[in-house]
Amino acid sequence: MDIVSLSRLQFAMTTCVHFIFVPLTLGLSLLVAYMETKYVRTKDEIYRQMTKFWGKLFLINFALGVVTGIALEFQFGTNWSAYSMYVGDIFGSLLAIEATVAFFLESTFLGVWIFGWNRLSPRMHNASIWLVALAANLSAFWIIMANGWMQNPVGYIFGQGRAELESFTALIRNEFAWHQFIHTLSASFVLSGFFVLGISAYHLLRRQNMNFFRKSFRLAAPFTLVFAILVLVQGHTHGSNVAKHQPEKMAAMDSHWETQTWAPQYLFVIPDPANERNRVEFLPIPGGLSLLAHHSFDAEVTGLRDFPEQDRPPVMVTFLSFRTMVGLGVLFPLLAAWAWIRRKDPSRSPCLLKVLPWIIPLPYIAIQLGWIVAELGRQPWIVYGMMRTSDAVSPGVSSGQVTGSLIGFTLIYALLAGLCIFLLTKYARQGPKDPALSRA
Amino acid sequence: MLETTWFVLWGILWAIYFALDGYDFGLGMNMPFLARSEDDKRVIYNVAGPFWDGNQVWLVTAGGVTFAAFPGTYAVLFSSLYTPLLLLLFALIFRGVSFEFRRKVDSQRWRNFWDGCNVLGSFLPALLFGVAFANIFMGIPLNAEQINEGNLLTLLNPYGLAGGVLFVFLFSLHGGLWLAVRAQGEMEQRAATWSNRMWYAVLFTVVAFLILSLIYTDLLANYVANPLLLFVLLIIILGLVQTKAFLLQETYSKAWACSAVTILSLTLFGILGIFPSLLPSTIDPAYSMTIANSASSTLTLQIMLGVAVIFVPLVIAYQSWVYLRFSHKITAEDLDYEEAY
Repeated sequence: MDIVSLSRLQFAMTTCVHFIFVPLTLGLSLLVAYMETKYVRTKDEIYRQMTKFWGKLFLINFALGVVTGIALEFQFGTNWSAYSMYVGDIFGSLLAIEATVAFFLESTFLGVWIFGWNRLSPRMHNASIWLVALAANLSAFWIIMANGWMQNPVGYIFGQGRAELESFTALIRNEFAWHQFIHTLSASFVLSGFFVLGISAYHLLRRQNMNFFRKSFRLAAPFTLVFAILVLVQGHTHGSNVAKHQPEKMAAMDSHWETQTWAPQYLFVIPDPANERNRVEFLPIPGGLSLLAHHSFDAEVTGLRDFPEQDRPPVMVTFLSFRTMVGLGVLFPLLAAWAWIRRKDPSRSPCLLKVLPWIIPLPYIAIQLGWIVAELGRQPWIVYGMMRTSDAVSPGVSSGQVTGSLIGFTLIYALLAGLCIFLLTKYARQGPKDPALSRA
Repeated sequence: MLETTWFVLWGILWAIYFALDGYDFGLGMNMPFLARSEDDKRVIYNVAGPFWDGNQVWLVTAGGVTFAAFPGTYAVLFSSLYTPLLLLLFALIFRGVSFEFRRKVDSQRWRNFWDGCNVLGSFLPALLFGVAFANIFMGIPLNAEQINEGNLLTLLNPYGLAGGVLFVFLFSLHGGLWLAVRAQGEMEQRAATWSNRMWYAVLFTVVAFLILSLIYTDLLANYVANPLLLFVLLIIILGLVQTKAFLLQETYSKAWACSAVTILSLTLFGILGIFPSLLPSTIDPAYSMTIANSASSTLTLQIMLGVAVIFVPLVIAYQSWVYLRFSHKITAEDLDYEEAY
């Protein structure tokens, strides 16, 4: 493989693995902080146990999120030095701000929270986890502003053979990036909600620690439902924003070849990219795609054929990822609503309790697919319309070096992700420590 | 002026990183020599416990600031040092995870595995950072296209290796001192004895490194041109002497602070020596990465300076609070604490 493909594969793999851990950090930190607030307010021991149990799972997951995150910051320099040189003025500053403003806060106060149960007042201790949760989400903001700039570059001018910052406010008011931010955050909250619901359901079905997991379930159910609805509704506006800024990506997401008004949305499509058409198009909703993309049935939607071939993203993967993500995104509010209806006594629906643990992986898959649409759908550009991915790699690095590091990353990440899942499963199954709770 | 300010800030951020995470690395490296029982090992993990993660962020910030303020240098430096940086990264990954995972399975083999990760994950970064920064001080063979013509073996030259050994000894002393600050009884004694001996190794390597710097690098040129800068050398010496003095008085926290000052000033000694380069070229000074050819635009530097002026002191303030609040002596009760490492 050539150096570009190897570097892309390495970045894709390390980002995907990183993003296994990030969403749970974003959502579970908030839920754990809220549980501890309940404890501080009510002095009810069960909330303390909940904070500790869910907090332990949070910490196991967090460790992997941190170490895999550093790998990404390094790779912009090691593997994508031409990119870093070209856009560092803008992109680098967003990463640096993330570290200074958010990541310090998150990591420092996580240590305080872990070691502070007996050394701080309950209020102070609770404040430390709220700081962690807010800083984690603030971190996500800066990182997504950086990614959003790659998707929709704004606030820059060309100078001295590179992109230079013209307006910082334009950078953080980037409409596209805000869509991504809200979408990512709400998806992460859905993931975290189903994580808590699934594990709670597992124990409720086995009639273990009933009171403990009933409370956990009840706390997570409305949270999951609200964000499952939000991610779907907002996902639609995000989609039309993609159509506005990245029409090629939109066309690839729907495998839409012919430019037309009243563009239909086919419920079933088999793309045939080699012949620039779809092999099967079935069950059309007339004007559906026009409506989704441009809020009007008769709007013109540009087809892939009208974009130069070298500017088109890979159609098949983008299309399949998008379809599957949307399918899952429609499923989540239904499942969350079912859980919400049963929130007071979920044990009365064994069927629900049996289903929910199996749902845990689905939001993970949906989020990974969402990023595949975002990143693969942006190809061949590393910065949309400005710089091609093929021009972005480090000129001084050999494919031997990247092959070596790719093998290293693959082995290490497989081992660590495997161990992390093993530990999460082990501690999730074990349940809370205090046996007194199981009697309730 | 803005570029110069950022150059100094850049150096300070790396120096703070070494002064903080350095003792975490030292603790890990010292573990095979100082820990005899499971409780001893746990003391070592827990003296770093509340801090190591926050310490590590200084690396992310130093890296991020290199990217933001000097993107050209970030690009050339990181891609030139591809292999050592990735090894460093792998080591840091295992080191970080070892803290959280070590006690999660009750099996001797599991713990041994993570102890190995922590020891190697501390030793390798210490060594590699030393090798890398010595090579930065000396310069690397950057050609006219600003591509490194050397490889991993070129980095392992005598001066680079001396830098590696220097960092390993410095951090080992630093970690030993931190252990003396926070451990009790026999562990405290062992840590103090270790630090007392390690101090001589540090003294020897610091002197050797400074002499080698005269032979291998052009660092001195800046000091000759601007003799006022020599106060940095004075601080290195003062820091070293005071570390020993406080060690003998058994006031370990002061000895630790002086060791931190030694690490800070040694790092700055090299960085001030290469100014205005951030990565000198040994082929031709014209090919070096400097504040002139690699800095960000004025606007970016201004905004980043605003962020740094507000947030870096804030970070120092809340991290200091955490240190004051959590630097007590580790007791048996601390090891029984449910969330302890």
